[in-house]
Amino acid sequence: MTARTLYDKLWDAHVVRTEEDGTALIYIDRHLIHEVTSPQAFEGLRLANRGPWRTDSLLAVPDHNVPTTSRNEAITDPVAKLQVDTLEQNCQEFSITEFNMGDIRQGIVHVIGPEQGATLPGMTVVCGDSHTSTHGAFGALAHGVGTSEVEHVMATQCLIQNKMKNMLVSVDGQVQPGITAKDIVLAIIGKIGTAGGNGYAIEFAGEAIADLSMEGRMTVCNMAIEGGARAGMVAVDQTTIDYVKGRPYAPTGEVWDRAVAAWTDLKSDEGAHFDKVVRLDAASIQPQVTWGTSPEMEVAIDANVPDPESEADEVKANGMRKALAYMDLKAGMPVTAIQLDKVFIGSCTNSRIEDMRAAAAVAKGRKVAANIKLAMVVPGSGLVKQQAEAEGLDVIFKEAGFEWREPGCSMCLAMNADRLEPGERCASTSNRNFEGRQGQGGRTHLVSPAMAAAAAVTGHFINVNDL
Amino acid sequence: MQKFTEITGIVAPMDRPNVDTDAIIPKQYLKSIKRSGFGPNAFDDWRYLDPGEPGMDHSKRRPNPEFVLNQKPYDQATILLARENFGCGSSREHAVWALDDFGFRAVIAPSFADIFFNNSFKSGMLPIVLDATVVEQLFKEVESDKGYQLTIDLESQKISKPNGDVIPFEVDEFRKYCLLNGLDDIGLTLKHAADIRTYEETRKQQAPWLF
Ligand code: SF4
Repeated sequence: MTARTLYDKLWDAHVVRTEEDGTALIYIDRHLIHEVTSPQAFEGLRLANRGPWRTDSLLAVPDHNVPTTSRNEAITDPVAKLQVDTLEQNCQEFSITEFNMGDIRQGIVHVIGPEQGATLPGMTVVCGDSHTSTHGAFGALAHGVGTSEVEHVMATQCLIQNKMKNMLVSVDGQVQPGITAKDIVLAIIGKIGTAGGNGYAIEFAGEAIADLSMEGRMTVCNMAIEGGARAGMVAVDQTTIDYVKGRPYAPTGEVWDRAVAAWTDLKSDEGAHFDKVVRLDAASIQPQVTWGTSPEMEVAIDANVPDPESEADEVKANGMRKALAYMDLKAGMPVTAIQLDKVFIGSCTNSRIEDMRAAAAVAKGRKVAANIKLAMVVPGSGLVKQQAEAEGLDVIFKEAGFEWREPGCSMCLAMNADRLEPGERCASTSNRNFEGRQGQGGRTHLVSPAMAAAAAVTGHFINVNDL
Repeated sequence: MQKFTEITGIVAPMDRPNVDTDAIIPKQYLKSIKRSGFGPNAFDDWRYLDPGEPGMDHSKRRPNPEFVLNQKPYDQATILLARENFGCGSSREHAVWALDDFGFRAVIAPSFADIFFNNSFKSGMLPIVLDATVVEQLFKEVESDKGYQLTIDLESQKISKPNGDVIPFEVDEFRKYCLLNGLDDIGLTLKHAADIRTYEETRKQQAPWLF
């Protein structure tokens, strides 16, 4: 048999049939749904008199719209409330498991899947959300789909797909102390560009990736989409298996042993062909900060904001000028001189327990700077929150002047009340710095949790290692 | 799904790379549980000078005169000419619905983000990838001729320019077939229900933990 990549193996194991032109029907093992991209899909099912093909493959959770203030309060925004209620009704009507707002297991869809063991190695995972790539950290084929495809998967358990190309991103060697998964992935996007992965499934490999915890791998895969790739993935190893073991949806007993035996093959074969290979030297990665309105517009913390006049590509230079104007930054100014108004620690990129710990370690014994109007920490799920509180992290944050909230997407996309006002500047651990992403006219800089906490306590960007 | 066969229409230029789906339809409008009505809010942040919220009467808001789609004749455009990586970011299909509701039937760009590209076909919108130099030339022609029109013929996979020049384009066979006939792909897939069941049976033996 010819040597295959991890993606090839996952693809081959899920092909139901292939048409002459190469279009294939791919079987979907896990389908996660949330309130924003599912209502029209359920409506479509009803209109066509169809039902879900396999209810037990579905898991639903409201996350985008939910308030992060007390869970005892009802949602005040009537439009958001209707959407959350609609999800609940749809799940009841079609007998789909839902972790509703009162459930300790509720949280951001990409946090709860792995946390529950609902995401397993070797699975195909889809969700009507582009950050579904997160689940690829488990050696799974996971990607975002649009609402029509949400309906298609519910109705048929399959997706119509053309095979993507294979890309290997290898982060060689070890990172320096204090460098996190977020810095690694921002550096990767800076290198390949936001369109670099278009048409590809990316496998992240190399010593620095293998050294990461599962949570770190999830952070990296989460942002594969910011590099243009629908799917990002990491091979299965002992770290993966140790993480999955004992989770509520994970297999047990004899089936567990069989599963583990099958999962050990979930890696690229020696000599497998990649259409594109990108290598990064781990040791050269510095703490990263984005300066612009696209995730590829990033620099190391000790660098200066780049100058469009030294960019040869005119289309790119134009994009840079627009970004600088929107962000109200001057080319050539040091990144450390950028003063902030708000700090957001959360989102499906960085809201797991290790992220909470990293931010708390910086916040401990310090105070949020006077110029910071709001510094908020939003855990990724009720269980992350519970764990953090058991470790006393909430007390550390509150003593330092951070707000400690209930789980949800929150200020990652500002569909609820958590948002930036026009002109406000935010250090955020989320994944998108697009114009208006965190509120109309708001300015977003993407960083790691430790860097966000460091920015909160100093009021500007600073290398967390220099604190 | 609406059919796409041949269209002739005004081309609106959107001269910036990486136009993301947050820009095409901002998040506050995603709270809708409907599939239509997004047109007045396509490019909301760029299109209006005052902030918008769902439920507003958008005809009473202040349009941004600088924004291309507020200018005549581009408010009547049915073809959008764009730059690299159009539709990047969020998977929201609402972005396609908003463009469709505005009146667009096709988008031409040197490259698209994968999910947007895929979503387009589901609503009968045709995304066309052309070489960057061809797109550059189209931008030049559009800029020097307000009201510039193109004809897109899906069957023959050809774009005709006003001067008679023809640009061929690529499209997947299956997607073309669905677009030309306005087919619902769920119905097509369900024709293979027996294959899906056979797959499930085999898979249950090999990997019972997936069921
Ligand atoms: S946290 Fe942000 S990026 Fe993640 S699913 Fe929620 S809105 Fe999307």
